Amino acid sequence: MSRFPFGLVLGWGLVLLILVAIGIDLSGFEIPSLYWPTLLAWTGVALAYAIIQQGVLVYVTKRLLEAIFVLWVIATLTFLLLRFLPGGPFDEEKALPPEVKANIERKYGLHEPVPKQYVNYLIKISQGDLGESYKYIGRSVTDIIGETLPVSAQMGFYSLLLAFLIGIPIGVFAANRHNTGWDSAAMIFAISGVALPSFMVGPLLVMIFSFGIPISAFAGLLPPALWETPIHYILPVVTLGVRPAGIIARMMRASVLEVIKADFVRTAHAKGLSQTLVLYKHVLKNSLIPVLTISGPLIAGILSGSFVNEIIFAVPGMGKHLIQSVTNRDYPLVLGITLVYAALLVFANLIVDLLYVVVDPRIKLS
Amino acid sequence: MSEKSGSHKSLWSDAWKRLKKNKASLVSFYIIIFVCSVAALAPWISPYSFETQNIDRILEGPSADHWLGTDGLGRDMLSRLIYGARMSMSVGIFTAFFSLILGGIYGAISGWLGGWVDSMMMRFIDILSAIPSLVLLILVSVIFNSIRFSENPEIRALVGIFLSLSIVGWVGVARLVRGQVLQVKQMLYVESARALGASGGSILFKHIFPNILGPIIVILTFQVPSNILFESFLSFIGLGLQPPYSSWGVLANDGWRAKSYPHLILSPGTAIFFTMLAFNLLGDGLRDAFDPKK
Repeated sequence: MSRFPFGLVLGWGLVLLILVAIGIDLSGFEIPSLYWPTLLAWTGVALAYAIIQQGVLVYVTKRLLEAIFVLWVIATLTFLLLRFLPGGPFDEEKALPPEVKANIERKYGLHEPVPKQYVNYLIKISQGDLGESYKYIGRSVTDIIGETLPVSAQMGFYSLLLAFLIGIPIGVFAANRHNTGWDSAAMIFAISGVALPSFMVGPLLVMIFSFGIPISAFAGLLPPALWETPIHYILPVVTLGVRPAGIIARMMRASVLEVIKADFVRTAHAKGLSQTLVLYKHVLKNSLIPVLTISGPLIAGILSGSFVNEIIFAVPGMGKHLIQSVTNRDYPLVLGITLVYAALLVFANLIVDLLYVVVDPRIKLS
Repeated sequence: MSEKSGSHKSLWSDAWKRLKKNKASLVSFYIIIFVCSVAALAPWISPYSFETQNIDRILEGPSADHWLGTDGLGRDMLSRLIYGARMSMSVGIFTAFFSLILGGIYGAISGWLGGWVDSMMMRFIDILSAIPSLVLLILVSVIFNSIRFSENPEIRALVGIFLSLSIVGWVGVARLVRGQVLQVKQMLYVESARALGASGGSILFKHIFPNILGPIIVILTFQVPSNILFESFLSFIGLGLQPPYSSWGVLANDGWRAKSYPHLILSPGTAIFFTMLAFNLLGDGLRDAFDPKK
C-alpha cells in the first residue's frame, strides 16, 4: 500500500526553503518578511511530524520543560550575581547628587527590595520584556537584541555551513585513502585548522585580502570590516569556520573508518557494488550520525568565537554588545544577552538531540 | 618485586612505549618541554626586558638586534613573546590542575555516592554547561575585576583569570571522573576489595584512582590548550591582562590594533598555533596509548 510520503515532502521541503533563503540572502536581497513565519511554521510541522511518527512526544515534552527550568536557573543566577556586585551602574567618577541618583534608581525600579526586583524581573521576562538599557537611554534590551541577534546568527549559521561543506568532504577523502600520504596531508590540514587561533587568522586575512600585504595585487579585494553585503561576509565567515571545519573533518574521518568495518558494508561489497557506490550510498549516511552529535558543542564553540570575530571585523552583533555592556555595568543588557545565549545553546542542543533520534531509530531515549 | 607493583609498572611502560612509536606525539612532547623551559627561564634568556621602550625604534621588522622586530612602543617582540609564554603557559597548566582538583573531587563524590545526590550534582553541571563558556568567563572575570581584594590591578586580573578559567574548566573533568568512577565502581576487583573489608576512602584512592588516571591525563592534556586559548580570548577582548604585561593574547591584541604590521600578529599567533598543535597531538597520542583497543 503506498501512502503519501509526508516525511519526505516535509524534510526536503524544509531543506529547499532553507536553500532558497540562503540564495536570496547571498544574492544581496532582503529576505521577505513573510518568509520567516513560513520557514518557522514548516520547521515546526516537520519536527512535530517526526516526533509523533517516532513516538517520542513524552520525551520531547520532558526535554522542553527541562530547558525552561535550566533557563530559569540561569536567569536567577545571573540576576543574583550582577545585583550583588560591588559598584552600581550609576556610580560615576563624578558623584551624582543623592536626589538625582534616587530618581534614576526609581526609574529603573532599583529602589525596591531585591526579592521584589527579582519577581518583577521574572514576570517581565516571561512576557518577553527584558527591561530598559541603563546606558542606551530609552532603548529596550529586547530592541537591542532584536537588532544584533540576527547579525550574529547569520554569521554563525554561515560559518557552521561552511565548516560542514569543507569538513565532511575532507574527512571522507582522508578515510577513503586511509594510511596514505593524502590521508596524512588532509589530517595535518584539519588539525592545523583546529589549532589556528581566530585572532591570527582574521587579521592575517584582512592584511592579505584588504591591505594587500605582501601581494599588493590583492589590496582592496575584500572589505576589511563591517557586515553589510554578502561580500562583507566572506572574511568573518571563513575566520569563524576554520576551527569547526577541522573538528568536523577529524570526526568524519574517524566515523567513516568505523562504519567501513560494519557488516552491511561488507555485504554491499560482496554484492559486487562499486567502491564509490558503497561509499556514497551506505557508508556516508551512517557515518554522518556521530558528526551530527558534535553539532551541539560546535555551536557553543562558534558562539564563543563570534565574540572575537565581532571585534576584529567590527560586526554589529550581540557579542560586541555583551562586552560593552559588561564594562558599562549595564545590567539589564548583560542579563538579557546572557539569557539569549543560553537559550540559543539549550535549544540548539535540544534540536540536535531530536535530529539524532529522528535520523537514527536505534537510539534509545532516556 | 611484588606482583602488584610489577603489573602497575608495565601498564605505564606499555603506554610510554606506544607513545614513543607515535612520532607526531613524541615531537609534540618535546615542543611542549621546550616551550615550558623557555617560559621558566624567561628572565635569563630574554634579550631585553618586556617593558623597556625605545621610542627611536618603533614598529621595526626583524633585525639582528631585535630578532622578531619591535612593537608600537619600541619594545622587543622576542622578549615580550618569551614573557608571554611564561604567562600563557602558567595560566594554561595551573588552571588545568586546579580544575582537575575541583572537578575530580566533585565528580568522584557524585559517581561514588550515586543515587539522588548524583542526579542533583549532575543537574547542576548541566545547568552550568548551558551557559556558553565565554559568556560564563566574562561574567566571572567581571566579578573578580570588581571585587577589590587587592590594590594591585595586575594581581586582580591574574587571580581573576585563574579562577574564572578553573570555574569554567572543571565541568568537563567532573563529568569524566564521575563517568569513570561509575564504571570502575562495578568492577570485580573493587567488589573483592570491599569484601576484604577495605574502607571507602582506601578503595577510592588505591583502586579506583590509579585506574582512571589515564583518561584524566588525557583530558588534562586537552584542557591546557583550551585554557591558553581562552586566556588569549579574554586578553584579546580587553578583559584579561593589560599591557605593559605580556601574554600571547595581549600581544595578539596589540598586533591586531597595529593593523598593517604582520610581524606583530604572526609571532604570538604562531606561538599559540604550535603550542595548541603540540598539546592536541600529544593528547591524541596519549589517548591511543592508554586505550590500546582502539
